[in-house]
Amino acid sequence: METNIAGGILALVARFLSGASVRWIDCHPDPCQRVYFANHTSHLDAVVLWSALPPDVRALTRPVAAKDYWMGGPIRRYLSREVFNALLIDRTEIKVHESPVDLMIREIGHRYSLIVFPEGGRSLGPDIGEFKSGLYYLSKKRPDLELIPVHIDNMNRILPRGEVLPVPMLTCVTFGPPMWLERKEPKVKFLARAREAVIRLKES
Amino acid sequence: MDVLTLGLFGGVLVMLGIATAVVRYLKRRTDLGLDPAIIETFRLRVWAWWLLFAPLAGALLAGPMLSILLFLMISFWALREFITLTPTRPADHRALFWVFFICTPLQYVFLMLAGREWFERPLNITAYDIYSIFIPVYAFLLIPARIAFSGDSKRFLERTAKIQAGLLICVYCLSYAPALLTLELPPEETPAIQPAIGTDEGEVAEVPPAYEEESVSEMIQIENLAEAAQAEINLPHQAVGRKRRLLFFFVLIVQLADACQYLWSQIPSRHPIVPSISPARTWEGLLGSAATVTLIGAALSGVTPFAHWWQAAFASFVVSLTAFGGGLTMSAIKRDRGVKDYGTLIEGHGGVLDRIDSLCFSAPVFFHLTYFFVNWG
Repeated sequence: METNIAGGILALVARFLSGASVRWIDCHPDPCQRVYFANHTSHLDAVVLWSALPPDVRALTRPVAAKDYWMGGPIRRYLSREVFNALLIDRTEIKVHESPVDLMIREIGHRYSLIVFPEGGRSLGPDIGEFKSGLYYLSKKRPDLELIPVHIDNMNRILPRGEVLPVPMLTCVTFGPPMWLERKEPKVKFLARAREAVIRLKES
Repeated sequence: MDVLTLGLFGGVLVMLGIATAVVRYLKRRTDLGLDPAIIETFRLRVWAWWLLFAPLAGALLAGPMLSILLFLMISFWALREFITLTPTRPADHRALFWVFFICTPLQYVFLMLAGREWFERPLNITAYDIYSIFIPVYAFLLIPARIAFSGDSKRFLERTAKIQAGLLICVYCLSYAPALLTLELPPEETPAIQPAIGTDEGEVAEVPPAYEEESVSEMIQIENLAEAAQAEINLPHQAVGRKRRLLFFFVLIVQLADACQYLWSQIPSRHPIVPSISPARTWEGLLGSAATVTLIGAALSGVTPFAHWWQAAFASFVVSLTAFGGGLTMSAIKRDRGVKDYGTLIEGHGGVLDRIDSLCFSAPVFFHLTYFFVNWG
């Protein structure tokens, strides 16, 4: 309950500060298991995308985020653990027995959806970088998950890389039509197709 | 709340209520053969007016501080729409932070300091001396200096000018609207009380110095009465009432000028003024709206602090021209940026900036015109 209220307030604040207009193109909010994959330019991307979802979907959606950032400081720790229910990935300590993809699959079970940023790190400019292979392995192991491309516009201007203070510009979060990994689709082709889907939303 | 304020605010809200009812009726009557697109445009307009006038009336009744805060929020939102559509570079980030979180609130804080003895007396200045130059001089200099400090010289002058223009239009110019609440108005001349004071004072003057003691006390009583009458005229709440009517009148005239321009542009013979920028703005619209608004301004002159009806009419006429200039300028900026509307806050109806562009351009002119008229003679 308490986390629901905190989440609601935080979502409202995020919506107001980012002035986000949310568009759903050939896609509808649905609490079914999904993987939202988006371009990544700012630490606030996950928060903005998460707050753009309707409350019932939001409660079932967990952002995948970097452990070193979201564990730094009590506020970030509280938010990531209690409010976003974030799935934190350790970027520094690579475990041999469990890859991040295995961890994601174990953590979401048959209930939660995920928010991922397949570019890996934050890109510097407005251009979308090449996708890392995590998205491919994730859908190979769980081909039933709906993959939703998401484009977050303008976040690189709100909080550019290396800046601490955000500037309240207006963002636009666009959700696109679901896609899946085709049978026997090669990794490179699939990743290029996924990246194309995000770029297409940027241009629409 | 006095009768005039109630009449003005209530009148506008009743008109909006009627407009809403008409929209509902037209939406249900599909057999009239009206273009649904026009009805939809009308519906969104009425909705936008509600969003503007209802909070404005509420804030004005709640007090000048809340009204200034309301305009601060409008400025802030308009500025973010402006900057969002303006290409900036990462090096502008810190300058933009200053613009949004320091310059914008400070301008309105200075406005709030207007008329505060503890602030104005020791410094021997008025708040106007500060808020009228803070952005055009100090923020103007701060922005290029901060951008230069970031070390990115690409298209330097262009980036600087765009941020400066946004701050000037969305914050500085708009802040002149709530500044109407801080204008010093001369004491109101209420015809019902004025002659009474005249005779009182006359009597006092006529009383010969060597009079009986009884009469002297009577005289003092009369003098006290005259003072009380004078004090009633200068009662602060009366002045507040006149100022908020003035601000409401101004916003109403600007919105009417916009609406009339649209309505008069619908008549069959059309002569676009600047087709390359805004084909919808015609000479018919401009002249029709100027005439209509001047008449409405003259009719409403009773609620304004202007001494003569023609002053209200003239101010309304000027506002119809500045409102046109504002809309046209913003159309030019939008056309250059290749967008139709500034934001999506009011669904399908552009953003805040689309609705207040005429307000931004009219506010400083109306402010100075009012200042000139009320201090005239």
